[in-house]
Amino acid sequence: MIEIKNISKSFGEQLVLNNVSTTFENGKTNLIIGQSGAGKTVLLKCIVGLLTPERGEVLYDKRNILKFSKKERLMLRREMGMLFQNAALFDSMSVLENVMFPLEIFSDKSYSEKLKRARFCLERVNMLDAQDKSPEELSGGMQKRAAIARAIALEPKYLFCDEPNSGLDPQTSLIIDELIHGITKEYNITTIVNTHDMNSVMGIGDHITFLAGGRLEWQGDKDGILDADNQLLNNFLYSSDLLRKVKERSKQ
Amino acid sequence: MQHHSHKKEMIPVKSISTFGKYLILMYRVLARPDSLKMFFRQFMREIYQLGVNSIPIVLLISFFIGAVICIQMKLNIESAWMPKFTVGYATREILILEFSSTMMCLILSGKVGSNITSEIGTMRVTQQIDAMEIMGVNSANFLIFPKIAALITAIPTLVIFSMGAGIAGAYAIGLFTGIMIPADLTTGLQYEFSQWYVWCSIIKSLFFAFIISSVASFYGYNVEGGSVEVGKASTDSVVSCSVLILFADIILTQLLMQ
Repeated sequence: MIEIKNISKSFGEQLVLNNVSTTFENGKTNLIIGQSGAGKTVLLKCIVGLLTPERGEVLYDKRNILKFSKKERLMLRREMGMLFQNAALFDSMSVLENVMFPLEIFSDKSYSEKLKRARFCLERVNMLDAQDKSPEELSGGMQKRAAIARAIALEPKYLFCDEPNSGLDPQTSLIIDELIHGITKEYNITTIVNTHDMNSVMGIGDHITFLAGGRLEWQGDKDGILDADNQLLNNFLYSSDLLRKVKERSKQ
Repeated sequence: MQHHSHKKEMIPVKSISTFGKYLILMYRVLARPDSLKMFFRQFMREIYQLGVNSIPIVLLISFFIGAVICIQMKLNIESAWMPKFTVGYATREILILEFSSTMMCLILSGKVGSNITSEIGTMRVTQQIDAMEIMGVNSANFLIFPKIAALITAIPTLVIFSMGAGIAGAYAIGLFTGIMIPADLTTGLQYEFSQWYVWCSIIKSLFFAFIISSVASFYGYNVEGGSVEVGKASTDSVVSCSVLILFADIILTQLLMQ
């Protein structure tokens, strides 16, 4: 479980996060949604420790990472997996080598065990056939799947995904969403997904945090989001033509 | 006027700040690798990429420059008052003392330096470095240390290859064009040969190799933006490496040749 308490972060004079508090539970796919510039990426970076907030606490299973020593922070990072917006696969390595990378550096297991684990992860994301390909030979969706395999190689307790569906078609997005959701349930990990894809919101949003102008405006789940009475959230949601029509039809 | 003086003050401040960032990066780079096995694998890969892949261009350039120096010496310094072997002697000294170390490293700063900057810079802008950091890997150490170690290891071989190719070029021009008798050239090439000059050249090249690999990596590691910035960083790194190599050459030559 990850808790954030009263997080504030500014860049120069501009306050990007204003007193944000929420809880991301185990075994749930937690989404952070909001318009571009709402502070989603900054919040995610504060949570993973790439940025340090001016105020507040970030608690990983009650451990405040802002008070961690450099060594403790490094140890915690080995419990994290992250899926980046553009997959961020290492382009000098094959798909299998990418998945092997964290295992080779941090795992004490024998080479054959590491290889077995890497192949298991690739099998899990249905990418075993592409293990010898290099990242540039893969489609966007395949790159994301390979990146998920790499992110789960060390059996992380926390999984972070930054815009996982960016640049993907709706069908491939669905596959990625289902993978993230499935892995979260399967390993009972804490997953935080930063997105503005409404299909993800309605499909896998076990817990949704809506940010606007750096403030937490609404939180709940996918069942409650359509009936939320927050104007900013409604403006955001129903800027999607599809959702607006769905709601209109449900009223009829 | 005030604005002008303010700008003047800012330039040294920026240089000091950049140098400080470079030192901080080097502190992270020169740490113990997370995995020695991975370090060795990267090291071998870099030896091939930075060293072995540079051999053809080093041989080609050195061969032709050796030939050109020989022609220039023949045309410009040979006279009835000078012994005939002077051409070979001067050609050898130029090649060993300056060309094969300094000039060759200036050329390598263009080839190898821009390669390093663009590789690391592209990794930065495509978030590959962030991915390593999130995993808890010391990305500076993993990416940069093998490059520095590999170039320092490979450069003496490249310098010796350059000396050999340069002398071969000089000999070939003498042999095939008939501008001078090969025996005179051979005498000149062997005349008062000092082994120390070869060592000086190798010692200088070790420093230059560190400058090329570390400065080029620094520029690549600190790229912010996209492909345009990567290109700009590559150019800046080649300019900085060249200036630093020339500056270091003055100091090292003064120290080693006294």
